[in-house]
Amino acid sequence: MRFLINKVVLFLSTIAAILGLVFLFWILITLTIKGLGAINTHIFTNDLVNNGLRNLLVGQFVLALIAVLIGVPIGVIGGIYLQEYSFGNKYAEIIRNLSDVMMSAPSIVIGTFVYAVIVNPVGHMNGWAIMMIPIVLRTTDDMLSLVPKELREAGVAIGAPKYKVIFDIVIKAAKVGIMTGLLLAFARIIGETAPLLFTSGNNEYFTLDLNHEFPSLTVAIYNLATMPDKSLVDIAWAGAFILTVFVLLINLLGRYIVKEKKKC
Amino acid sequence: MESFFKRLSALSATTILLILTSIFVVLFLYAKPAIKEYGLKFLIDPRWDVVVSSAPNNVKMTTSSLNQNTINIENGTIPTDSDLDIPTDNDIGDSSVDIPADNDLAIGGGSSSNTKVIYGGLIPIVGTILSTILAMVFAVPVAMGIAVFLSEIAPPFISKPVGVAIELLAAIPSIIYGMWGLFYFGPFISHIFGGGSVSLLVAGLVLGIMIIPFMASLTRDSMNTTPDVLKESAYAIGATKFEVIKDVIFPYAKKGIIGSMILALGRALGETMAVAFVIGGVFSFPHKLTDPTVSIPVVLANNFAESSGMSLNALFYLALILFLISFIVISFAKFYFLRDKK
Repeated sequence: MRFLINKVVLFLSTIAAILGLVFLFWILITLTIKGLGAINTHIFTNDLVNNGLRNLLVGQFVLALIAVLIGVPIGVIGGIYLQEYSFGNKYAEIIRNLSDVMMSAPSIVIGTFVYAVIVNPVGHMNGWAIMMIPIVLRTTDDMLSLVPKELREAGVAIGAPKYKVIFDIVIKAAKVGIMTGLLLAFARIIGETAPLLFTSGNNEYFTLDLNHEFPSLTVAIYNLATMPDKSLVDIAWAGAFILTVFVLLINLLGRYIVKEKKKC
Repeated sequence: MESFFKRLSALSATTILLILTSIFVVLFLYAKPAIKEYGLKFLIDPRWDVVVSSAPNNVKMTTSSLNQNTINIENGTIPTDSDLDIPTDNDIGDSSVDIPADNDLAIGGGSSSNTKVIYGGLIPIVGTILSTILAMVFAVPVAMGIAVFLSEIAPPFISKPVGVAIELLAAIPSIIYGMWGLFYFGPFISHIFGGGSVSLLVAGLVLGIMIIPFMASLTRDSMNTTPDVLKESAYAIGATKFEVIKDVIFPYAKKGIIGSMILALGRALGETMAVAFVIGGVFSFPHKLTDPTVSIPVVLANNFAESSGMSLNALFYLALILFLISFIVISFAKFYFLRDKK
């Protein structure tokens, strides 16, 4: 009887695993077929007005770059504080927990917040930066915590001021880890749609002017996919495919870096 | 230089605190007119963007009361703006109150002196909770199955690549899941269960499929932390694999597993794009699982750009509610289950 139960449970869990995997691969396969079918050179050389994706791809990238420029310095330096200056006090614990909470906060709420604070009074802006800060902060914090204490002590022992120890020793030791964290944070925000919906919006034309509605691939995918016109839906599939490939490549790159680092 | 950098770093860390509190404050300020107007009744009022006469006895817009309404207006005997005394408890969802699916219908209705536009959040709140529950009911067993399969059943040459694949799938943008749900999964489900290709059921299942990789990889990680010695000693006294999983691994990894579930729950609660494609965006109660309805993030996504005035305030009210729900869920997970993980 025990063995029967054992067999049944193992069988069920294998079935569950297969079921889950079937769905997930179904998604990937349809995405690949639909995406590859719709991709051609026309898409890369034309803007959305002419049924291309060029302005969207550039726009998405620029938006992500801005988010990186705002989010990374704040996140990295904040992470340095948590690990190097706080000496494990309560405040640092609170910040850690809050940033974990913020990491899982609904992205659309972040969008409404950015709308209220920046878009409404000033103009268009994108909501990714705010999403990025907590992710970067936590990865920096984690990576710095892996740097051996002896390295820091050695630096302090030869009389270096603390910020010098941090920049020349600790950061250097944790560089690869932090870079990987940044890559993964980048991959995570670049696929986000909700914080852009009413902050940066979308634009059919090529523009680099941030004061206007800015072209965004993910928002465009959302708009195009709900259109009745089949050729527009196909463009959306092509965009979705490019986006997914890009995100997965960044993830694989991050994994590769981690693996290489372990080898040394 | 030293003290400057120290201050700068402390300031950067404080940004998190500042942003989080200012999200609360800003959402609250923007939602304030709506909170003042509707109070906590907002939570249980199923009407969104519905124009009603301000007289409480004319709320039910059946033909007779509509006629009566017109007569009243002609005679100028409409009672003064009485504080929203709407009978919320007599099953309005089924009643004859017309809930317009298209929100553009009623905009501007509030300007008239003897009618007002009612915003109530019950339907999106219920939609959010139901779709999340559906997602969890579907995802938890499957994710557990995958985790058990990967960590205990499959040989390494299968579990390694599949494990990596699962982790990569967790990174796929949610909009992809939504698109797939709209074009492939929705029709598939409506073929089996009937109903339209956009419905609460489809939304719940797509959400579930979206959180499966996330939950499965977290659960597998915490199951893998079980020391081999524990497992081996259980096997040595003759336990079957199932007994080892049930009595050794699950108790050992319990906190991590429950934590992964709650994090996945938080993710499902706030998910916008995967749901926006497939839930239908219709302000009506789902009487069957296959009915379309709406959830808070979807309401925000669809209506935010065109809103102004009170409807915008009501949307901020909804955003505040969503933020509070997810804040509570995540903090609960953090402080209760993941507290002593280190």
